Amino acid sequence: MSQKVLAALTAAFPDAVVRTGSAHDDETAWIKREELLAVATWLRDDPAMAFDAPVFCTCIDWIDWRPVGRPVSEHWSETKPRFTVCYQLRSVAHKHRIRLEVELPEHDPRLPSLADVWPAFNWQERETFDMYGIRFDGHPDLRRIYLYEEFVGYPLRKDYPKEKRQPLVRRDDLPVNPLKAPHARHESDNK
Amino acid sequence: MADAQSLKQLVLGRKDVQDMSDEESELPPELMTVNMGPSHPAMHGTVRIVLTVDGEKIVKSDIQPGYLHRCFEKESEYATYTQVFPYTDRLNYVSPMINNVGWAMAVEKLLGLTGKLPRRAEYIRVIVSEMSRMTDHLTCIGASAMELGAFTPFLYFLKAREWLYELLEKISGARLTHSYARVGGVVKDLPLDFEADLTLCLDKIDPVIVDVEKMLLSNKIFYDRVVGIGAMSREDAIKTGCVGPIARAAGVDYDVRRDFPYSVYPELEFDVPLGTTGDCYDRYLVRLEELRQCARILRQCMRQIPEGAFVVDDPRVAMPPKKDAYNTIESMIRHFKHIVDGIRVPPGEAYAFLEGGNGELGFFVVADGTGRPYKAYCRSPSFVHLSTASQLIHDHYIADVVPIFGMINMIGGECDK
Repeated sequence: MSQKVLAALTAAFPDAVVRTGSAHDDETAWIKREELLAVATWLRDDPAMAFDAPVFCTCIDWIDWRPVGRPVSEHWSETKPRFTVCYQLRSVAHKHRIRLEVELPEHDPRLPSLADVWPAFNWQERETFDMYGIRFDGHPDLRRIYLYEEFVGYPLRKDYPKEKRQPLVRRDDLPVNPLKAPHARHESDNK
Repeated sequence: MADAQSLKQLVLGRKDVQDMSDEESELPPELMTVNMGPSHPAMHGTVRIVLTVDGEKIVKSDIQPGYLHRCFEKESEYATYTQVFPYTDRLNYVSPMINNVGWAMAVEKLLGLTGKLPRRAEYIRVIVSEMSRMTDHLTCIGASAMELGAFTPFLYFLKAREWLYELLEKISGARLTHSYARVGGVVKDLPLDFEADLTLCLDKIDPVIVDVEKMLLSNKIFYDRVVGIGAMSREDAIKTGCVGPIARAAGVDYDVRRDFPYSVYPELEFDVPLGTTGDCYDRYLVRLEELRQCARILRQCMRQIPEGAFVVDDPRVAMPPKKDAYNTIESMIRHFKHIVDGIRVPPGEAYAFLEGGNGELGFFVVADGTGRPYKAYCRSPSFVHLSTASQLIHDHYIADVVPIFGMINMIGGECDK
């Protein structure tokens, strides 16, 4: 049933759809990021598509991708896009689903935000930003959501070590960095 | 007299209202910022709400989850597929069985095992899921009623929940963190006499539901606190991604069990209750009716459950029986590989979803051929529902935050992952 959706999408946006797939019965379309907003709006508004219900948004970091039993050419390399942002959508009326995937290069992980198209993606995109550092252009309120603002780095990226700790506690027993301390003592204070 | 007045002023720290001029006695017109949470007795989980209030009316709110973030996804990437089950227990800790089954379904989808499980395993999964759904709804209604001052329904429902927990403990060995489902089935068969136990339990729960319904349905205090509070239109519910009882209370006719049937749900008969107004009262009614439907499904399951295996007969995923593991070298090696390397899942990505206690719960898994997931994402309904709460409490009073949050049933573990 959903193959029809992929066919219609490819027919409507032949330039925007990079490729499609339906592995494990999950209909998936890879979209160019410049066209994402147009494709998303069309999917929502076209009566035959009517993807009115958003499901989830997340990201995959491919930097460690070395699948077992597949040729080396399929492994991740510097020339391949590092991130894939996935949007899963559902239609209440037609009961079909589709997943949009947008591939992003490592040096420029940004894409247009879909928070205005489906309000549910507001928080989901904040989560993706929090965990993967993907910048969503046009997002109304792109802040960290699970972690605190002082957190450095993006924990779900594959190059963030699992053992790394960043507790948000005040430690008076540690030596103070004189450059960062707001009221660094000056020698003259001791006099 | 003058002395008395100045003494009064000294005690009060300000002039008495009677002595003030009209200008002085007006309340300050500025907006005030109030912190609610993160650890607040009326919050189901740890969540912080920064409220901007005009008097007692909420004009703006910023909801900040994350106080219970335990890195489910990062930890899962370093665990074998079987080792993830205990982590899923701790997502929605009120209905852990459904999370277990959801994770198992996602891995099975990648393995191509969907629909190839023994029928007994599928029935067992449905039974434990529906029992978990009951515990979820019992907790939600009970706790919400308690927060509005009705303590008795809470005690009644928690007593009923404890009967279910006792049964679940009999099945899995743990009261709360069951880790019962496995890829390809469940870890062990149902205990002896389970059918009689469950029937007895359901027969005991039915009158409790009636009792609580009587207590709340015609209760003016409860009624006044929930009717028209936190209402959501059908369109809003759809586009904000709401699912489960919250969406159904708003009139969205969507239930994964019926619309995208999985497991043996097509063979079972049940109704999907719908609300009309989408306010807290309808959410309560929907959950109450779903309790009855769960009991109905459970009774059908007990009649229809076939004999047979409880785990798929596939050496890739099933652990060898203990007897073989101790006595034959092949099974010993298989057991060892299973524990150390985990289940080898072919490379690919899949999203599997099912009806959780709060709605569509899904797992998006990317596999790279090793025994550990390359990526494991949990689509938690609580997180999506909490994102709408800011809209729901807008223009309500501070006291209304309590029933709205109670009926959203935000589970901290699931929301913050």
